[in-house]
This record gives sequence, C-alpha cells and structure tokens, in this order.
Amino acid sequence: MSKELYASFYETMFKIRTFEKRIEEFSMKGEIPGFVHLYIGEEAIAAGVCANLTKSDYIQSTHRGHGHTIAKGASVDKMMAELFGKRTGYCKGKGGSMHIADFSVGMLGANGIVGGGYTLATGAALAEKIKKTNNVSVVFFGDGASNRGTFHEALNMAAVWKLPIVFVCENNEWASTTPYLTTTSVKDIADRAVGYGIPGVIVDGNDVVKVYEESGKAIERARRGEGPSIVEMKTYRIKGHFVGDPEMYRTEEEVQKRFEANDPIKRFESKVISEGFLSENEIKKIQETVINEIDAAVQFAFDSPFPAEYELYEDLYVD
Amino acid sequence: MRKITFSEATLEAMREEMRRDDRIFIMGEDIVRQGGIFGQFKGLSEEFGIEKVLDTPITETAIIGAAIGASLAGMRPVADMHFADFMGVSMDEIFNQMAKIRYMFGGQTTVPMVIRAPDGLIRSAAAQHSQSIEAWFNNIPGIKVVTPSNPADAKGLLKAALRSDDPIIYFENKDLFRQIGEVPEDEEYLVPIGKAKIVKEGTDVTIVSYSIMMQKALEAAEILEAEGISVEVIDLITLSPFDEVTVIESVKKTNRLLIAHEAVKIGGLGGEVAAVVAEKALDYLDAPIMRVGAKFTPVPFSPTLEEAYRPKTKEIVDGIKSMFK
Repeated sequence: MSKELYASFYETMFKIRTFEKRIEEFSMKGEIPGFVHLYIGEEAIAAGVCANLTKSDYIQSTHRGHGHTIAKGASVDKMMAELFGKRTGYCKGKGGSMHIADFSVGMLGANGIVGGGYTLATGAALAEKIKKTNNVSVVFFGDGASNRGTFHEALNMAAVWKLPIVFVCENNEWASTTPYLTTTSVKDIADRAVGYGIPGVIVDGNDVVKVYEESGKAIERARRGEGPSIVEMKTYRIKGHFVGDPEMYRTEEEVQKRFEANDPIKRFESKVISEGFLSENEIKKIQETVINEIDAAVQFAFDSPFPAEYELYEDLYVD
Repeated sequence: MRKITFSEATLEAMREEMRRDDRIFIMGEDIVRQGGIFGQFKGLSEEFGIEKVLDTPITETAIIGAAIGASLAGMRPVADMHFADFMGVSMDEIFNQMAKIRYMFGGQTTVPMVIRAPDGLIRSAAAQHSQSIEAWFNNIPGIKVVTPSNPADAKGLLKAALRSDDPIIYFENKDLFRQIGEVPEDEEYLVPIGKAKIVKEGTDVTIVSYSIMMQKALEAAEILEAEGISVEVIDLITLSPFDEVTVIESVKKTNRLLIAHEAVKIGGLGGEVAAVVAEKALDYLDAPIMRVGAKFTPVPFSPTLEEAYRPKTKEIVDGIKSMFK
C-alpha cells in the first residue's frame, strides 16, 4: 500500500464526513428541502470500494448515497447545488438528495426505492458483458434492502449469467427505525450467497484498508469474468434514519459508545500516524484543503439560482 | 404488396433494426428455444447469437430492471413481457425507475428501451392472461405507450420504437399476431410515434380507437355509412401522450365523438380522451361523448362469459345511432 493511496482514503473519508456535517446543519435549518439521509460513520465503505473502480465502472447507490457519489469522483459543487434544489445541481434541481447521479463518472444514481438498484446494476453489468469490456458494476445496499425480492432476482440472474457485478452490503444494523435482526432471517447477509452459488464474505466495514482489499478481490474476480460476489460490510449507522429523526428507538449513549469505539476516520487516522504513512501535519493539510473545497461548494450552492417555472417540462422526453 | 402476418412483421422489424444497430438486444422468457409464444422471435437467436437474444429466468422484475440498467450503460434493450399481465410484477421498475430516470437526473441520460407487451383477449386465457392494461400507464409521465392495429403498423411502429431514445411500452394484441396484411418491405418505413392516423375520413361522427378494436370501429363505420351516417375513424397508435390535435380537429369537424377500446371502460383511456375533448372542444359537440369498452369485471374464463365481457361492434353502432336521435 502506498502513501498516496492512504492519503486518498483519508481525503475521501474526510470529504464525505465534512460534506455530511454541513448538509446536516443546513437540513436542520430548513435551508435544504426534502428528506436527507446521512452517511456519517460509514465513510470507509464508499472510500474503500470506490478506490478499486475507474470512471468506466458503474455504481448504483441508495437513498443514503452522498458518500458513494463523492467517492466515485463527483463534484461536491454540483452535489451541494442539487441538494439545495438549484439549477446548477447535477439534476438541475429535479432530483435532490435521494436522486443524485453523475453519469460522467459512472455513478448511475441514488435510489429512493429501497432495493431498487440491484436489477439496474445487473443490467449495466450485462451491457458490459455484451460489449465485451472489462468494466464492472457495483451495487450498494443496506441490511434492510437484502429482504427485497429484487435482491433474489438480481443475484440469480447475475450468478447464472456470470455478470461482472459486486453486491456490497452496508450492514449498519438499522433498517430505517427497526433493528435489522428483528426483520431479517440471518445475522450475516453474506450467508445468503450460498443460495446463488457465489462467494459471500464478511468485512469490518469501518476499516478502510480491509474494505479496499476485500472488495478489491471481489471486483477483480468480476473483471475476470468469474461472476458476482456478496461483500458484507459490518458497520453502524451513527445518525438517525433521516435528518430530524427523533430516534425514539435507541439511546444516545448507545450510539456514542459505538461511534467513539469505532469511528472509521479516527481509527484510520491513528493507524496511519502510528505506522508512519502520514504525519499529523499532512493530515491537517488534507483537512484544510477539504474544508475549503466544501466551503466553496456551499458558496456555489448559495450563489446559484433556483430553476425557473418553464424548466418543469424539460428533460421529460427526448423526442 | 406482399402479405405477411402481424407476428412476421414484428420479427422483420426486429431483424432489420438489430442488423442496423448493434446496441439492440432482446431478453425475455422462452425466446431462444420456443421463439416466443406467437413465433414472434423465431430465428433471432440463430442470426444474432444467444449473447443478444437472451432467455431469462422467470423474473419480470429483473428483466425490466436489467433492461433499464443496460440502457444506462449504452445499450438499446428490448424486454419481452410474455403477457402484458405480468407487468404487474415489475411495476416499480417501470414507474419509479424507467419512467423517471431521465427527468429526475436532470436529463443526464436517456433510457432507450422497449417493453414488448402482448395484451388482450385470446381464447379463454382468463383473468391473468387476457387483460388490456394500457390505461395504467397513461397516468405516468416519462413513458411513451404505443400500440399497432395491423401488420404494417406493427412493423413501422416497432421500428420507430427501436429508434426512439425514450422508454416505450409497445402493446401488441395477441389475437392480431396471426392476422395477415400488406407490409412494406422498405427498411425506412416508420410509423411516427406521437401521431394519430385518420384511417377513414367522415363528416358526421368521430370514432377514436386503437389496437384490435380498430377492426370493430371500421366494421361499425361501414354499417353506419350504409345507413347514411358518415364516420371518421382515428387510430390513436400512440396512447400516451396521445395526439390531442388530430382528435380535436376531427371532433370540430364531425361534432360527435365515441371512443372504443377492448380494455375495461371504467377508468380506461376513453375517459381521458373524452375529458380532453370536453375541456377543449365542448362547444363543438352536438351530442354527449360516448365510450365503448369491456365490462367492469376481471376477464372470465368460460367462452360464454368471455363473449359477454368483450366490447362489441353493435355497441359502437347503437351508441352512435343514439347520438342522432
């Protein structure tokens, strides 16, 4: 592992965290309209997985999709503007947080429907197989989404056709406001891989290096034409299901305890410092650059105009 | 002109367009070995290979979802539904994904795909294999819904759908598949999407219809002409968004309107056509707008009940005669 790679892990994770904290602030103030779902505490997954991908590879994201979008290389300016509902946003203000996408970097979209992304990602993988490229498709999904019927249909199709796709489960233990074990038949979602005759691995999702390595193996396997895998990332949702969630279903102490013990950024920070990959100064520098970038994105969003009424009918049909 | 079946006409459209554009591929159930229930895919896998002509698992959700994903990755997929009734299985993919992707992502992408959906009554196929469900999709912005009424249009309309960059649902009536008619051999013969066709001109009343019901509309027109009523017959062809201009201009001329379809009358497309005419041309009407459609029941099995369910030529004739009383 190189210093550059470690620095990029850190930068991506810190960028996601900083972005999300600002979003939380503006959402609480009502300046960002609509529903917002934060990725805080799960940054290592997006950062580690996407470090294995190029712009020609695809990802399908979820309603909790800002982290994936940033990690895939999207511009935070256009993301921020979209979340504020501005014309300069990725979707010209027509999508918002749950429908953010950047097709220019292979980010095929967040999805407001839980479990809505599997079949789409499978189709993107099918297209690459037909075109005979080496590109792969990655679909992120939560523990709750693993109970959807689409999970089964997509996995069976991907397995039987040996498609270049990886199913990345972000098991954050919460399906909206319900503890996943009360609604899910297995503790480890990776166990379900057996039903499709494909590998299923369990990874510490808060260890960015492990995430990078294990998802990398599954991605390389897919690239070689050997078919799909399920990679289950064990993590924990630090924030409520959405910004403003009163979280009556768990205590603040419980959350704080988990976060303090297992914050993926803090963990990585002490690792790179103790192992001598990055100095405290270098980390501070990365932080400063990122904070400036996010500040500029906020400014860009504030300065941008809202869409005009005549834009309502634009982009509905091509012909 | 040479005559071929409706089924062969669609097959010809597929062949010509797949040769022309290597981004087109087709997937669905029982396509490779069976060649489709109505023979509409016969020989495609031999010519284009099983990489481009795919037998899928019995998973309508994944068929539509994968077609959407493949279209986002630069392909132009055709997803066959076997029976239109099975689209219920994949409704989330159709109305939350396929219909909305271009719009909600601000025009970043197109979703150039065609869903082929055989619909309509056919020999006691009963409640879950006989429906005409086009009206469901009329309420969903972002999809285009088309349906041909004869072999020539079947070819030209499917070719136009395969060249379109919008997601299209192509309903094809099951009973029409065997129908024989003149079909142009010209590879550039296209039936434009979004345009209705005045199939027969007339001055006293307009019948708006589509798909297999066009036959009954024309039959009724002939009966009425013999009794001195001049009938204009419009084939909508594109059901959503439908060609309001052609319909309204016709009604302004004839001052009377009847809409006929094989789908259930209540909540059917006829209601939307009637509403648009009432909003935009009420002053031109000399009689109440009438609708003819199937009874408001699931499609029954027994031949006698199926016949009772089916909308008939006589209902069109009687309806129009009542406008002149």
